[in-house]
Amino acid sequence: MRKKPLTILSDGILLRRENTLYFENEKGRKPLAIEGIYDIYIYGHVTITSQALHYLAQKGIVVHFFNHYGFYDGSFYPRETLLSGDLIIKQAKHYLEGEKRMKLAKAFVWGGAKNMERNLRRWKVKANFSEELEELKSAEKITEIMNVEARIREKYYASWDETLPDGFKIVKRTRRPPRNEMNALISFLNSRLYAMIISEIYNTQLAPTISYLHEPYERRFSLALDISEIFKPVIVDRIANRLVKQRVMRKEHFREDMNGVLLTEDGMKRVIQEYNKELSSSVKHPKLKKNVTKQRLVRLECYKLIKHLVGLEEYKPLVAWF
Amino acid sequence: MEDYPIPNLFIRGTEVNYLFVCPTKLWFFTHGITMEQESEWVDLGRFLHEQRYANEEKEVLIGPIRIDFIRKGDVVEVHEVKMGKTIEKAHEMQALYYLYYLKKLGINAKAILHYPKLNEKKEITLEGGEKEVEDALLQVEVIKSSSRPPKPVKKSICNSCAYKELCWG
Repeated sequence: MRKKPLTILSDGILLRRENTLYFENEKGRKPLAIEGIYDIYIYGHVTITSQALHYLAQKGIVVHFFNHYGFYDGSFYPRETLLSGDLIIKQAKHYLEGEKRMKLAKAFVWGGAKNMERNLRRWKVKANFSEELEELKSAEKITEIMNVEARIREKYYASWDETLPDGFKIVKRTRRPPRNEMNALISFLNSRLYAMIISEIYNTQLAPTISYLHEPYERRFSLALDISEIFKPVIVDRIANRLVKQRVMRKEHFREDMNGVLLTEDGMKRVIQEYNKELSSSVKHPKLKKNVTKQRLVRLECYKLIKHLVGLEEYKPLVAWF
Repeated sequence: MEDYPIPNLFIRGTEVNYLFVCPTKLWFFTHGITMEQESEWVDLGRFLHEQRYANEEKEVLIGPIRIDFIRKGDVVEVHEVKMGKTIEKAHEMQALYYLYYLKKLGINAKAILHYPKLNEKKEITLEGGEKEVEDALLQVEVIKSSSRPPKPVKKSICNSCAYKELCWG
């Protein structure tokens, strides 16, 4: 049985009776097959009993919490069971040694840019980042890499905007709060992606806080931020693009709040449905010669990073071939 | 104080087994980069072992070795349960290592490999195998202490290996 993510949008209680996990609300008590749960995403007002948490910890299931606006609050990250002291030391070494850190930081930006180029080709816009990527090569500080990254992103959004329908243009990327519909959609999906990457890292021996492009002292699971550079264009942007162009998401699925724009409950449902569909869809992996889900690609990216850190094979970020 | 009867024998049976399966897997495994938790194959093996040999004295721990089950008689019998024979050599070396270890402790034993799915058994004695075990242990040490893993080599067993996505993805 392949384990699946569980999303809870409604309000209720998550509890454990004997060795069964239940979700209970006014509609009744529903048993959940714990062996089939990979991780849990909670959007509703949910009470969790400590017994349920003990059980989830025992099974190594990460629980992610999102606030009323659909933004990431935090995770219940059970005790680590996959530990490799040797790998953590190597992970830290790659942060501490300037050259090694720069190499990985550049790889994340390079991979992200290549995937943005790939998207623009799909959306039939003529733009590439060869100039910026040339500059990336000669960057000598993390701040310089960050600058190049910011310029790539700006150019990317401007080009993408040419293809987006009126009323759903990005114009300028805004967060906390997002200022328009497209920004709201991208932010919502980014939060979800970030949480998913945390789950994938949890299932490897990588330490989630030691990162390269982002600083480990950002008080976040900053390695997930690094990896998200690769996957934001491949997963988030493609879903957002599809949702507005196919008119699944329309003006009525957004609302004004906190001086910004947010998704309505129905809007969230539509996005999550599309997101789940996308992540469980598979592509043929050219090296493994088998079908892997889009979500699994994140795990494979973690494995590639492990191989780089232990000195087996240099890390080459995923560039979407699909 | 008397010397520990087996100098530098902190090697686990699985490690000897993995040496003959794949040195890359051995390196990852001994450096805490394990994949077994993801493998249905491993789960299945555990289940088979638990169900089929329910009445035996199981999971016998002696130092770093963990024997599936033991039967005591005139000669101690070490029993190992395996799924299939594709990596028979690895199974044999693992069993030989157990016998070698026990001999160092002054216990004479023989090993029986069980292949319940094939309805087969195979008996193994240490006789003359000491040198081979010692060579293997030395190789395990060399691979474990290397700072990086050996390059993986593509074999047919890669396809059913829990480390497949790590090595080849």
